[in-house]
Amino acid sequence: MSTEIKNEWPLWEIFIRSKQGLDHKHVGSLHATDAQMAIENARDVYTRRMEGVSIWVVESKFIHASNPSDAASLYDPANDKAYRHPTFYDLPDEVKNM
Amino acid sequence: MDTKTLIDYTLHLADNALIIGHRNSEWCGHGPILEQDIAITNIALDMIGQARNFYQYAAQLSGEGATEDSLAYLRDAIDFKNNLLTELPNGDWAQTVLRQFFFSTYQYFLYQQLQNGADKQLAAIAEKSLKEVTYHLRWSSEWVIRLGDGTEESKRRMLDAIDEIWSYTGELFIPVNFELLTIGDGISIDLSMIKISWDKKVKAVFEEAILPIPADTIWMQSGGKEGKHTEQLGFILAEMQFLQRAYPNSNW
Repeated sequence: MSTEIKNEWPLWEIFIRSKQGLDHKHVGSLHATDAQMAIENARDVYTRRMEGVSIWVVESKFIHASNPSDAASLYDPANDKAYRHPTFYDLPDEVKNM
Repeated sequence: MDTKTLIDYTLHLADNALIIGHRNSEWCGHGPILEQDIAITNIALDMIGQARNFYQYAAQLSGEGATEDSLAYLRDAIDFKNNLLTELPNGDWAQTVLRQFFFSTYQYFLYQQLQNGADKQLAAIAEKSLKEVTYHLRWSSEWVIRLGDGTEESKRRMLDAIDEIWSYTGELFIPVNFELLTIGDGISIDLSMIKISWDKKVKAVFEEAILPIPADTIWMQSGGKEGKHTEQLGFILAEMQFLQRAYPNSNW
């Protein structure tokens, strides 16, 4: 079992931009030996149905995440600060998306 | 040039794509890792798609009720005009990727010329397929380099694969009747020109992979394009054609 884990290829997180002008979105992860192979694998696994025009790959170990148990202290304080939302302005009609 | 010759040339292009596509499809569910299982199966699907385009054109040229299915499923080994290279067994991963690399390099330079050929339909199929083949060449080159310049084991496997396959590459560049008779009309392609590009590409990739190019003096197998196949093709057809032979005209 331990040798299997040792021989496993590193995990990569895959981000695909579905069309020009949009952001890259996380679509999933896969195994590859290096960045080049990760891009090629992503092409085969995640863009078979015309999903993308650009691929980013990041080795999973380089992604650092916030701790779910910190959620209360990180996010709840924003809850009662309605003045941070731009809802007190009258928007001109010309501004369609805000 | 008569229509029969054009049909034979079209069938040769179709058979090459179908047989290597079938071989690659045998990896489905058995790839060394999920991502590569999908990659090799994608390539198999691309090749079978190309085969369909060529068979449809051949069927249209022959008339007589021929269809893409009758051409793929109801001809016998002696009628198949694929290169011997395409019917070789998968062996290990090294052998499969090396076979794909040799064949994709050939297809890449062939389609580049064929897309400007005099037969508009063949040219259109070549142009459409070239994008796929460009990727197959990139994918298979990467693997040859990875394994050749990899671990001791991967290098040994790649050297074994070269020993196994090399003598089947010569046939790619030996023209037979349906090529000699169509080249004057600008329909088929001068294989000696393709060979120059092929040699150069293979040499470049082998150098990067730190693999030796076998000597010129090695004897080359041939005959596939004229229906003289290895025993392997019979086994492929037995599996591939079984359903249509046992249950004629069945659909799914």
